[in-house]
Amino acid sequence: MEKTWNNKAWFLVLPVLLLVAFSAVIPLMTVVNYSVQDTFGNNEFFWAGTDWFDEILHSARFWEALQRNLVFSFIILALEIPLGIFIALNMPKKGLGVPICLVLMALPLLIPWNVVGTIWQVFGRVDIGLLGHTLAALGIDYNYVRDPLDAWITVVVMDVWHWTSLVVLLCYAGLVSIPDAYYQAAKIDGASRWSVFRYIQLPKMKRVLLIAVLLRFMDSFMIYTEPFVVTGGGPGNSTTFLSIDLVKTAVGQFDLGPAAAMSIVYFLIILLLSWIFYTVMTSHDADA
Amino acid sequence: MARITLDHIRHAYGPNPTSDAAYALREVDHEWADGGAYALLGPSGCGKTTLLNIISGLLLPSHGRILFDGNDVTNLSTQERNIAQVFQFPVIYDTMTVYDNLAFPLRNRGIAEADVDRRVREMLEIIDLSDWSKRRARRLTADQKQKISLGRGLVRNDVNAILFDEPLTVIDPHMKWVLRSQLKRLHKQFGFTMVYVTHDQTEALTFADKVVVMYEGQIVQIGTPAELFERPSHTFVGYFIGSPGMNVMPAQIDGSAIRLGNETIALDYAPNVAAGDKVELGIRPEFIRIGREGMPVTIARVEDIGRRKIVRASLAGQPIAIVASEDTELPAEPRVRFDPLALNIYANSWRVGREA
Repeated sequence: MEKTWNNKAWFLVLPVLLLVAFSAVIPLMTVVNYSVQDTFGNNEFFWAGTDWFDEILHSARFWEALQRNLVFSFIILALEIPLGIFIALNMPKKGLGVPICLVLMALPLLIPWNVVGTIWQVFGRVDIGLLGHTLAALGIDYNYVRDPLDAWITVVVMDVWHWTSLVVLLCYAGLVSIPDAYYQAAKIDGASRWSVFRYIQLPKMKRVLLIAVLLRFMDSFMIYTEPFVVTGGGPGNSTTFLSIDLVKTAVGQFDLGPAAAMSIVYFLIILLLSWIFYTVMTSHDADA
Repeated sequence: MARITLDHIRHAYGPNPTSDAAYALREVDHEWADGGAYALLGPSGCGKTTLLNIISGLLLPSHGRILFDGNDVTNLSTQERNIAQVFQFPVIYDTMTVYDNLAFPLRNRGIAEADVDRRVREMLEIIDLSDWSKRRARRLTADQKQKISLGRGLVRNDVNAILFDEPLTVIDPHMKWVLRSQLKRLHKQFGFTMVYVTHDQTEALTFADKVVVMYEGQIVQIGTPAELFERPSHTFVGYFIGSPGMNVMPAQIDGSAIRLGNETIALDYAPNVAAGDKVELGIRPEFIRIGREGMPVTIARVEDIGRRKIVRASLAGQPIAIVASEDTELPAEPRVRFDPLALNIYANSWRVGREA
């Protein structure tokens, strides 16, 4: 097709540009503005240069929180991706089971995040929660308020419960788009169940898996609401992720400068890691 | 290689078929010889693919049995039947190389790697993809992909039968011809039983020893291309094979003569037709001679198709097509004559033979 230049086209994207400017660009610039200044209230600002960045990058508290984030995201991906694929492979492909499974899968995704947190906060309580109480009755010493490991397990299980469905739905969409002829050909070629998965289903799911991994990585790396509701970052700092630390700094201590610097570093880390994920996962497409 | 027996096969996709119309396959009861090349020919939706999938074991028939060399294989899986099948659209394993794609069915059966290598190289040679063997299969063109699908079927030289489900649909016309002759050569070389589904009569007629014509879920005729042409056993075969198809006109039998409107054609035998049967006369356009003698016709139009022309006319109120050579003169008061040996009489659409 012939490419034609028409500068009127810019008017068509103008509304979107305006919208994005107000929703993303201007707030981001405000943050950049805060990150290089210091304030003691009264709307008085003093130039601070890169001091806050310096402080953040040299604080143990920041690196510990970042480490928690990375570990958390790694665990989440390692659990939710295989589990999601497994469930999608075993979901019915036709019949009455399809809508039932789809609705069941969609349910956790429809629940507001703070409600998810509240559900698990209550569910895990030793005194009144079904899970906590049952575990206590079985003689298992479980208390997410006191024990860092229990707190982690609770947060991870909650996230798996909340978000595995997303991976399932994406994989399922990839699976149902595979024509029957592929399975028939595999039967005729005498392929084993594993070969069918390895050479037909997995390659066909690759694109949706890429999206699933990216979404789950970004979301788990930015996790805030659920652990905030359940553990509040504790016990101690054991479940204090970057986002929780950030909110504590900005809203709790009103250290706007350091918080802004931290936001920018946090944003750049997510951007960088997402880019790495994307590059690595699409690089296979390029070689022929 | 195996003889394939289809023992009263019926198939319906719905659970409780009540009428004949509910059956995708109404009744198939035939035996196909070991090493034969059969083409299943028929319009879309006539049950060709259903029959093919029943043979390969991808589909379990509602009724009937299927036997290979006299052994019942009805309940055996596709793997156990040792069948190769090539589908309409190319099926390739994207992430593998061309070489690995061809080696896949062999490796799955635990064949020694040295043997795999020899056979894959041979097959690469045959499908003309030797230079591409190390390339990933996903980047290839549609016809290269389909050649890989063909190769995956042919690389196993011990199969009972190879089934093709309109494998050349996506191939461009020139390649079609090349692949078809390669298939024919391979068939001669290895002697496997071959079943080839198509809705293209040229493909069926050039490819197969025996053409199996299907219509509305049943086999209406199995025969050599010549038999299908000269003695179509069902009016559908007459209409489907040949271009233009056979002229089929309502007629009446009167002893050993056939009446067509006011015209009477004498036969040298008395066709066995029961009273109340729907009687039709069939004659191929190639066996009608147009000239100054015979039955009067009115010419509607003439289509020039190169070295021949097709004359569309009407005889006793019935439209007929006549194939005439390019230089045939069309007289002002044209008349036609039917070649008496090329007359076919049909009762209720089925051919009434001379012997019947």
